[in-house]
Amino acid sequence: WIRFILIQNRAGKTRLAKWYMQFDDDEKQKLIEEVHAVVTVRDAKHTNFVEFRNFKIIYRRYAGLYFCICVDVTDNNLAYLEGIHNFVEVLNEYFHNVCELDLVFNFYKVYTVVDEMFLAGEIRETSQTKVLKQLLMLQSLE
Amino acid sequence: MPAVSKGDGMRGLAVFISDIRNCKSKEAEIKRINKELANIRSKFKGDKALDGYSKKKYVCKLLFIFLLGHDIDFGHMEAVNLLSSNKYTEKQIGYLFISVLVNSNSELIRLINNAIKNDLSSRNPTFMCLALHCIANVGSREMAEAFASEIPRILVAGDTMDSVKQSAALCLLRLYKTSPDLVLMGEWTSRVVHLLNDQHMGVVTAAISLITCLSQKNPDEFKTCVSLAVSRLSRIVSSASTDLQDYTYYFVPAPWLSCKLLRLLQCYPPPEDGAVKGRLVECLETILNKAQEPPKSKKVQHSNAKNAILFEAISLIIHYDSEPNLLVRACNQLGQFLQHRETNLRYLALESMCTLASSEFSHEAVKTHIETVINALKTERDVSVRQRAADLLYAMCDRSNAKQIVAEMLSYLETADYSIREEMVLKVAILAEKYAVDYSWYVDTILNLIRIAGDYVSEEVWYRVIQIVINRDDVQGYAAKTVFEALQAPACHENMVKVGGYILGEFGNLIAGDPRSSPLVQFNLLHSKFHLCSVPTRALLLSAYIKFINLFPETKATIQEVLRCDSQIRNSDVELQQRAVEYLKLSSIASTDVLATVLEEMPPFPERESSILAKLKKKKGPGAVSVPDLEDGKREGGELNGGGERGPDSAAMSASNASTPSPSADLLGMRSAAPMSAAPTSAGSLLVDVFSEAGPAAPSAAVNDDGFLRFVCKNNGVLFENQLLQIGIKSEYRQNLGRMYLFYGNKTSVQFASFTTTVSCPGELQSHILSILRLNVQTKPVEPVVEGGAQIQQVLNIECLTDFSEAPLLNIKFRYGGALQNLSLKLPVTINKFFQPTEMTSHDFFQRWKQLSQPQQEAQKIFKANHSMDTEVLKAKLLGLGTALLDDVDPNPENYVCAGVIQTKGQQVGCLLRLEPNGQAQMYRLTLRCSKDSVSLRLCELLAQQF
Repeated sequence: WIRFILIQNRAGKTRLAKWYMQFDDDEKQKLIEEVHAVVTVRDAKHTNFVEFRNFKIIYRRYAGLYFCICVDVTDNNLAYLEGIHNFVEVLNEYFHNVCELDLVFNFYKVYTVVDEMFLAGEIRETSQTKVLKQLLMLQSLE
Repeated sequence: MPAVSKGDGMRGLAVFISDIRNCKSKEAEIKRINKELANIRSKFKGDKALDGYSKKKYVCKLLFIFLLGHDIDFGHMEAVNLLSSNKYTEKQIGYLFISVLVNSNSELIRLINNAIKNDLSSRNPTFMCLALHCIANVGSREMAEAFASEIPRILVAGDTMDSVKQSAALCLLRLYKTSPDLVLMGEWTSRVVHLLNDQHMGVVTAAISLITCLSQKNPDEFKTCVSLAVSRLSRIVSSASTDLQDYTYYFVPAPWLSCKLLRLLQCYPPPEDGAVKGRLVECLETILNKAQEPPKSKKVQHSNAKNAILFEAISLIIHYDSEPNLLVRACNQLGQFLQHRETNLRYLALESMCTLASSEFSHEAVKTHIETVINALKTERDVSVRQRAADLLYAMCDRSNAKQIVAEMLSYLETADYSIREEMVLKVAILAEKYAVDYSWYVDTILNLIRIAGDYVSEEVWYRVIQIVINRDDVQGYAAKTVFEALQAPACHENMVKVGGYILGEFGNLIAGDPRSSPLVQFNLLHSKFHLCSVPTRALLLSAYIKFINLFPETKATIQEVLRCDSQIRNSDVELQQRAVEYLKLSSIASTDVLATVLEEMPPFPERESSILAKLKKKKGPGAVSVPDLEDGKREGGELNGGGERGPDSAAMSASNASTPSPSADLLGMRSAAPMSAAPTSAGSLLVDVFSEAGPAAPSAAVNDDGFLRFVCKNNGVLFENQLLQIGIKSEYRQNLGRMYLFYGNKTSVQFASFTTTVSCPGELQSHILSILRLNVQTKPVEPVVEGGAQIQQVLNIECLTDFSEAPLLNIKFRYGGALQNLSLKLPVTINKFFQPTEMTSHDFFQRWKQLSQPQQEAQKIFKANHSMDTEVLKAKLLGLGTALLDDVDPNPENYVCAGVIQTKGQQVGCLLRLEPNGQAQMYRLTLRCSKDSVSLRLCELLAQQF
């Protein structure tokens, strides 16, 4: 199961941090920095997987943003890698060509998107159609 | 400014975020934030009641400030107020604030729970989901207490909306993970399992995570999920790529759900029902077939989704390990991936093949890819891929390819990344030992290791080569010759000097016949390295020198001169100085005979499990090292088989160890950080006795049990020592039988006469009355005379008939210089010696724990720590106890739990142990539960004095 999801830019600014395990604030900060250090040194010829403490990070880079998911070492790498992409495609539809600034100004909406697709560290919904329909419905509410 | 233009955006928030982004410095940012905080504070405190929109906006700003990394100490109440708004956007911000800034303020928790309760019963699916997501995100104990019984009801109710079911399932999973005791599935089990049949794929996707987790903990109750999962999987796998519409991802039908189904099946053995099994095998074959079909899209998303399923299917095939045909097909498929242009696939194929290598059905098929894997080791750019290649080579290694693989790994080591060198060294060392047919190859390999990667050769590795050389006389001459040659190199690693010093000190005589390696040449070679070495190595070399004096009397003068020079005899390091002084004195005073005894060749080491393997396991964590176990049964040599391994052995078993340098004392004690029994001190005092011929000590007849307690968690060492006599023990136990070797060493130069020993067992005297003999110990009489400086040995055969508390007594009588000496000792035969370790899962452990719940079955003690509370020390002791030390059983990782069965002739006694250290208070709580009351009590008594 997912321990945390991080979206960071190349400079190390966190655009989303979603935790599915108890960490105290210092620990969270340390994890954020470590993940950034581990992921940003890798290039396109490297795998999208990195061992990380007792876990592994599955990550993918989109323009200047790194989407990172921390899972158990026995979890299915490719399923989570495509889980990231599925999430990114939803963001892209929802924000009409998503860019980093959308995530900054609408940070509170990004949490809603995450909760629709991932909950309690597990995949909740994978259908883009269903997720977008739900998000549009919520958008229409006051 | 993209966001501001969007629908419901909060303009004030967008302006604030822009302001922050425009700040040129950290100071400016802090200033702007403080201004905003002051503003919000005044709004919250103001007389005018805020409307919902403003409240939402300010709470959202606070959240933003918190996410920037600043502390927020107000606003919680306003956020809680938002929860009871009936507008979605206000409620959402309220819940988000609560989820991100969890506060354990009990007053608030009550209010929050109240709001959640209202939303859960609102019948408004949007509000229900918000409430459920909040519970799932916070997952606190208080929430579990409040809602654990409500959520299953929502999950299975007929009128619950699909999206709410999805959230309820995962919410329940989160509560189950944090508070398993509060989530009782009982009556809901069957209806939850049947969610696998739900029409809505999203519900199945969410529910299956819950079902998988519950199945892992209660496999029997959930086993009906197997056939449901198989039929669901079969429907997905056989569907056309467009059938599932919303759930088709890049032409792959429901990839995530397929993976989850395959993973759920890995919680169970292969289905027993033939039809179900047939259907499943068909699915697996279809998945393997699809991998061969041309791709429906060139997009990487398509192939990733397809391969995610394929790898999960292969995991299941490996988990079953019963279908040779599928295993070989899986292996061939992975073989294709080994050369794929996608790095991800090459990596995953290497990783997956590693587990295939340990199946007897696919081991040979894996081996055929050796060249590709070696190539990967040499050419892959990503170090993690190279590491997987090294892992796979290690896993596929057997006798047939060991030499090739070890050679490749050695050559890779020269350029390997620093991060993985140590592990590579351990692996090479293990393979070299495990598959050594001729031990000269083994010696060459290890010396090469030291040459190539000396810095990464840990103590365990060079200790081990010395153990093996000492235990195998066929390789000693070769080893001496090889280290001698290796030491010729102008720059050689300090580890090489250590091995060289030790081996030449023991076996230099075997090559001394050759004038090129005459004693003096050997000595000069070693001594040329001396000044560049660290203190421990120098200490070892000094011991090698004194051994030289014994081996080669012609070197005596030269070596004495070295020892006598100021840099040795007045060395500022105490250990070096002491050695120099004592060795010098020893060499000048002791007769050749005494010298020969004291400096005798090291006795063979007891066979034991390689400590290198233990180290590798520790490094990688359990499960991560798939040691090639296939040949375990057929192995010759057997160094790795080394019997019981019940804890640290101790050196100083014989007088010849008097000169043992401390590094070699560690050689036996290396598995444990426990204090070495008497080894170092006895070495010192023994030397003193050689010189002083001091008078006898007063005889003691009282039972001496000082030594007794030190042997509860170990089997070998010095049991007793006074000025006259040293008694060493070596013992081994199997099932309910044991054998104990007692070594009686005469420390004086005077003969012990009329030397007799008797062993009496508790209960023995009454045996004809009560006819309960608890322990049967048989001995043969020892020789009646022990010469000065000599050592004699006695063997005891022990049989445990039933559980016992009293230890057998050993009585020793002898005459020393006319005075009768009488000594009684408790022999360290304790009930725990007859333990067989039992591995079990957390589930089994607690189930058994509950079964042993009668009050008299439990014994508990709370006591102060008397020794180090260091984790490694504790672990070594608990392992020495003979039980299995179980990881991941106790929810508190600080605690230790162990399980074992005591084997007696008449019955077996199951025992569970839990040790809870409290580092702060320096206290322990020890709890034992055994199927026999007396055993709980006795173990508790024994163990309470060990920590």
